Amino acid sequence: MELKKTPLWSEHKRLGAKLVEFGGWEMPLQYTSIIEEHRSVREKAGIFDVSHMGEILIEDVDSVPFVDNLITNSISKLKNGEICYSPMCYENATIVDDLLAYKFSDTKVLLVVNASNTDKDYEWIKSQKRHYRVKIENVSNNYAQIAFQGPTAEKILKKVSGVDLSKISFYTFTTGQINGINCIVSRTGYTGEDGFELYFDPIAAIAMWRKLIEIGNNDVKPCGLGARDTLRFEACYMLYGNDIDDTTTPLEAGLGWAVDFTKSSFNGKEVLERQKEKGVTKRLRGLEIDGGIARHGYEIFSEDQKVGHITSGTKSPTLNRSLALGYVDVDHSKTGNNLSVDIHGKKIKATVIKTPFYRGSVKSK
Amino acid sequence: MKKYLKTHEWAELKGKIATIGISNHAQNQLGDVVYVNLPDVGKTVKAGEMLCSVESVKSASDVYAPLSGKVVEVNKALETTPELINKSAEGDGWIAKIEASNPKEFDALLDKTAYDKFVDETR
Repeated sequence: MELKKTPLWSEHKRLGAKLVEFGGWEMPLQYTSIIEEHRSVREKAGIFDVSHMGEILIEDVDSVPFVDNLITNSISKLKNGEICYSPMCYENATIVDDLLAYKFSDTKVLLVVNASNTDKDYEWIKSQKRHYRVKIENVSNNYAQIAFQGPTAEKILKKVSGVDLSKISFYTFTTGQINGINCIVSRTGYTGEDGFELYFDPIAAIAMWRKLIEIGNNDVKPCGLGARDTLRFEACYMLYGNDIDDTTTPLEAGLGWAVDFTKSSFNGKEVLERQKEKGVTKRLRGLEIDGGIARHGYEIFSEDQKVGHITSGTKSPTLNRSLALGYVDVDHSKTGNNLSVDIHGKKIKATVIKTPFYRGSVKSK
Repeated sequence: MKKYLKTHEWAELKGKIATIGISNHAQNQLGDVVYVNLPDVGKTVKAGEMLCSVESVKSASDVYAPLSGKVVEVNKALETTPELINKSAEGDGWIAKIEASNPKEFDALLDKTAYDKFVDETR
């Protein structure tokens, strides 16, 4: 199958990016070095092409109750112009995908989903329509998406912004012009830093990309998926397919804060209520590794007993420590517990530590 | 004179002692190296067998032994500065020294021209 290309593909080529396959897309892994790009976002700013993300539009009178039934977090409690992060579960409470829900109005909600899951999500969402009066449309091709992230993101973006960025608080959005282009502008991101995500007509993608780099006067670095992964990892944001999937529930992943049990019903509610009452059997935890790098799938031990597996791991570029996330049987998951990870056949000491590993300039609600 | 393996390691032989590392092309493909799993001194390997591994931000890569023999020294500097491999893969970023049990194996390795050609063809 031919790989899909974002409207910025030729620009990535021109910049000499190393391109890799990701979820059916040919995407930039890095332009210069993952660590350099990572540091740029932590210290100044970075720009990411995230046009591969999927957008699914829900419209018509039942949009809010429909989405409320679909996701674990609450859309009815949001005001227009607010966003929530949420897992979307199957009936058995395992996770179809995690997404952002943008509430435009009671009759319009935009779901932003993972690139690799877009088709699966679209089919799943359509299958949940039942009696709801909603129109469901996969509008992924209508949008280019750029993430503009870092402690100086606002200061730089202000130079070409037709909207007052200071009025966009964390997890809210507005529509207006950036660089003369109509955009959805939200204060969201996947890096642990302050920043914005822009959705706009793909035809303007290259002009927008170049302009946002130009106005940074060398403070804005193009960043690839490599840095996107290490940045989100330090902030302990979930990566679908690694940390969460259709074998894990939001409570096991520590996403209970994004589950609204006060809603009358939603997919997975019964199972999650039982899990909450009885307690989960495994929990996603942070681990500090004593040497070497623990990667996805590596096994976690307590003495000789297998007690879990790693879901993500690397050497944190900011903290310069080897860290990992992994599911650990709840009896062994207390902070400070000494465990080990099998790395290339050797058992390496691993200590359960608190998450997130790092908190940057990201705002809070 | 350095010689190369198709798996992107290099070796340089002085007497019976072969210095071993990964090629500049390999470090470029790997990206930022963050950890080197150095082999134990005293370990014996056969040519083509896994010697150790190098970890970049994104992935772990096996390093194969270009020659058979015993590991007599490892580059301790890589323990604290693994990025030496990115800066100087075929110099200060060497990984280990092996006392070759059959130095003739060196002759069978690719010379620089042949290796560069191989890399070009597989690009």
